[in-house]
Amino acid sequence: MDEFIQEFLIEGGEILDQLDRDFVEFEKNPTSKELVARIFRAVHTLKGTGGTIGLKKLESVNHVGENILSRMREGKLSVNASITSALLKMIDVDRQLLATVERTGEEGDMDLSGIIQSLSAMLTAVESSPPAVPVPPVAQVAPKVGEILVERCAVDPVSVAEARESQRSGDSRLIGEILVQNGAVPPNAIQDALQIQSESHDDSVASSIRVDVNLLDKVMNLVGELVLARNQILQFTSNQKDAAFLSTAQRLNLITTELQEGVMKTRMQPIGNIWNKFPRVVRDLSNASGKLVRLDMEGSQTELDKTIIEAIKDPLTHIVRNSLDHGLETPAQREAAKKPPQGLLSLRAFHEGGQVNIEISDDGAGLDLNAIRAKAIEREILPSQQAAKMTDREIANLIFMAGFSTAQKVTNISGRGVGMDVVKTNIEKIGGTVDVSSVRGRGTTLKIKIPLTLAIIPALIVTTGGDRFAIPQVSLVELVRLEGKAAESGVEMIQEAAVYRLRGILLPIVYLNRELKLTPKPDSDGDGAINIVVLQADGRQFGLVVDGINDTEEIVVKPLRKQLRGISCFAGATIMGDGKVALILDIVGLAQRASLAGEASGHVPAAKEELAKADEKLESWLLFRVGESGKLAIPLSMVSRLEEFDRTTIEHSGNRQVVQYRREIMPLVSVADALHIPAHAVGDGPMQVVVHSTGSGSVGLVVDEILDIVDQHVSVARKIDNACLLGSAVIQQHVTDLLNVPELIESIAGQGRTA
Amino acid sequence: MSATQQQFCTFYVQGLLFGVEVETVQEVIRHLEMTGVPLAPEVVAGLINLRGQIVTAIDLRRRLGVADRRAGELPMNVVVRTGDGAVSLLVDEIGDVVEVEEKDFEKAPDTLSSTSRELIRGVYKLKKELLLVLDTQRSVNIGATAGNENR
Repeated sequence: MDEFIQEFLIEGGEILDQLDRDFVEFEKNPTSKELVARIFRAVHTLKGTGGTIGLKKLESVNHVGENILSRMREGKLSVNASITSALLKMIDVDRQLLATVERTGEEGDMDLSGIIQSLSAMLTAVESSPPAVPVPPVAQVAPKVGEILVERCAVDPVSVAEARESQRSGDSRLIGEILVQNGAVPPNAIQDALQIQSESHDDSVASSIRVDVNLLDKVMNLVGELVLARNQILQFTSNQKDAAFLSTAQRLNLITTELQEGVMKTRMQPIGNIWNKFPRVVRDLSNASGKLVRLDMEGSQTELDKTIIEAIKDPLTHIVRNSLDHGLETPAQREAAKKPPQGLLSLRAFHEGGQVNIEISDDGAGLDLNAIRAKAIEREILPSQQAAKMTDREIANLIFMAGFSTAQKVTNISGRGVGMDVVKTNIEKIGGTVDVSSVRGRGTTLKIKIPLTLAIIPALIVTTGGDRFAIPQVSLVELVRLEGKAAESGVEMIQEAAVYRLRGILLPIVYLNRELKLTPKPDSDGDGAINIVVLQADGRQFGLVVDGINDTEEIVVKPLRKQLRGISCFAGATIMGDGKVALILDIVGLAQRASLAGEASGHVPAAKEELAKADEKLESWLLFRVGESGKLAIPLSMVSRLEEFDRTTIEHSGNRQVVQYRREIMPLVSVADALHIPAHAVGDGPMQVVVHSTGSGSVGLVVDEILDIVDQHVSVARKIDNACLLGSAVIQQHVTDLLNVPELIESIAGQGRTA
Repeated sequence: MSATQQQFCTFYVQGLLFGVEVETVQEVIRHLEMTGVPLAPEVVAGLINLRGQIVTAIDLRRRLGVADRRAGELPMNVVVRTGDGAVSLLVDEIGDVVEVEEKDFEKAPDTLSSTSRELIRGVYKLKKELLLVLDTQRSVNIGATAGNENR
């Protein structure tokens, strides 16, 4: 295809995008002269350039549009919705024409008479009321300086036109000179205008060039290879003594890193590139559905890798359409719900922890959780008992399942039940996560987290079973090494599940060699130490036990071929410094696999969800056992630490058991005694104590066994006639009593006083 | 080369002579160090680094369902181009490039095991031995068969 046409296609696309935004802005702000001027110029460029390179249809359509705009600019035609719609339709036609040109190289035989007629109709409506003074069509002839002056309101258009007219009739002076000499404009305004003109000229030449994306991809790949080669060289440096070689390698290292950063930056695009089309989408949809919507966008400068931008474009558009169609109510409904008639749709993007977060929230009706639950049961997506047990959050996330829509009727916007599952799949495909939360009557928020880039990531290299594995640094929280005695007893078992107490919090432990079915290598250093890599997967932490921890390295992620793509534990592979291949662990996949293996019983999906994602709004509960079967829970917020005390360290003060704890005397309260639960046979093992600190000091609650920590919405199902208990609730499918800690301590203190 | 002639790159797997069309072969290389993939279907021998490209290696012995190589016997790589990028086929020994005539072709006999019949497109009757034509696309396509239990 013709090089000029190619270039025009790109430029034209950009102009049309900008026009979309300007029009929506213009509707809100119809008196803005600047906006009309901008729109006019854009349409004029389309017409002019289109005509020059032989796109006659484009020229003829935009010619009519230009005429309308020129009237608007002169203030002879006031803007109204029908004009804007007609002009927007013209932009759509432009877009179709450009698409046809891109496909076929020609404009095709699209029938434009309809659109031209409807545009002309707008024009003749104006023409029929003859203007008082014939004003020459200013902008078509005004040179740039004049245009800038008019825009800045430094001069009235008529003077510019007059000056232009006299230029045409033989006046050889510059337009600025004429204007100054006619006294139409002060000289410094001309200076300013010239300045602006030259600046805008410089900008377009120097600040950016167009580069073929394929070329960028190629450069990116080469830089990836270079990073690998650099890593290999750096491995050699460790046993080299040649100073010159070492410093050269060091420089190579630095330059490669900088080059890599630079190339990554060339691929970064602001998320605004996608968002920019949303004002138009929102306008069209809200007009079609009779809703009033304000679109709020924050953080549109947040940058993302180009491939990711492309991957989230469709999902985001879908979510926005969904929010408009299902989420926001009509003005009447909103007023009935005592909300302002205008709905709010807000988009927010920001960087956090090496990831990009995107939040799409509306202040609409929120999700009808009961309807979703009912629908899920009706569609047999999940059995009714299970649906009853699921938390609100889990129910809300059902909207991401295939074939799910609770919309009362199918509209042409959405509601066909395809979509949200595709949204989820697409986002997960690029390593992102999506989560929905909703408050009935108050609105819905979708949170998307996506990685910044996919190509080169920092990773921790670990070994297990003689093989190396890379763990993306994003998931890494901390490293724990247990040696000697700690290694023998540090990891405790709750039935099949191993846990480690990390600063008093139970951390589920996953053994990498068991998950990957590797034969453990005999411990090479023979010290029996345990290496725990604490990882974060979707908001939940777990510890991964590996044989050895090597180093962190920048790795180039290469996808796995289809033969291996089904294994959820691996995110890809990379080439290490020594030229060998290492697999990259998929932490979320690994966590899911581990929890699946651990919970062979029925409630897998809910449990899996529970492990994979935790919600900050859920309360954490510490579960423990007292006596033979008494299961109790207290809010984790009341727990300062979990401690073990050797039974020999217990001393007595008055009739109370106490221990020396952190240079204070801490009274111990036996929960079993306080609740009059038959005492469990006292073993020789250490005493399990839950430390509860108040302003006046700490109290140790003696329990028989710490069971677990769960994140769950707990609703008290049954009140109990015992002041020390808040009631009973179902936690993890077991009836659990909720301990009223302040009351318990108070009652013991009371007993102490009376005794 | 006349229209009825075809060139095949040949190799041996457990004493049998196999061939793939020369055009589909990217290269033939000696044994390369491999990284095993835990949980992978057993026909996947591992991943190799082919000049910066990560290539999946498929053990043809396992793919054909015959006994494993004895310990210490190193396989060779026949790297073939497939619809999903390059894949390496692990074979025992590399043969020559041979030219065959269309008239010598016959379909695989029905008495072959079902796995073999799936992978062997046919047989060329050479003077001294039989050349089994391997279907490379099917050989590397393991999603439907061996990979199942791991998915």
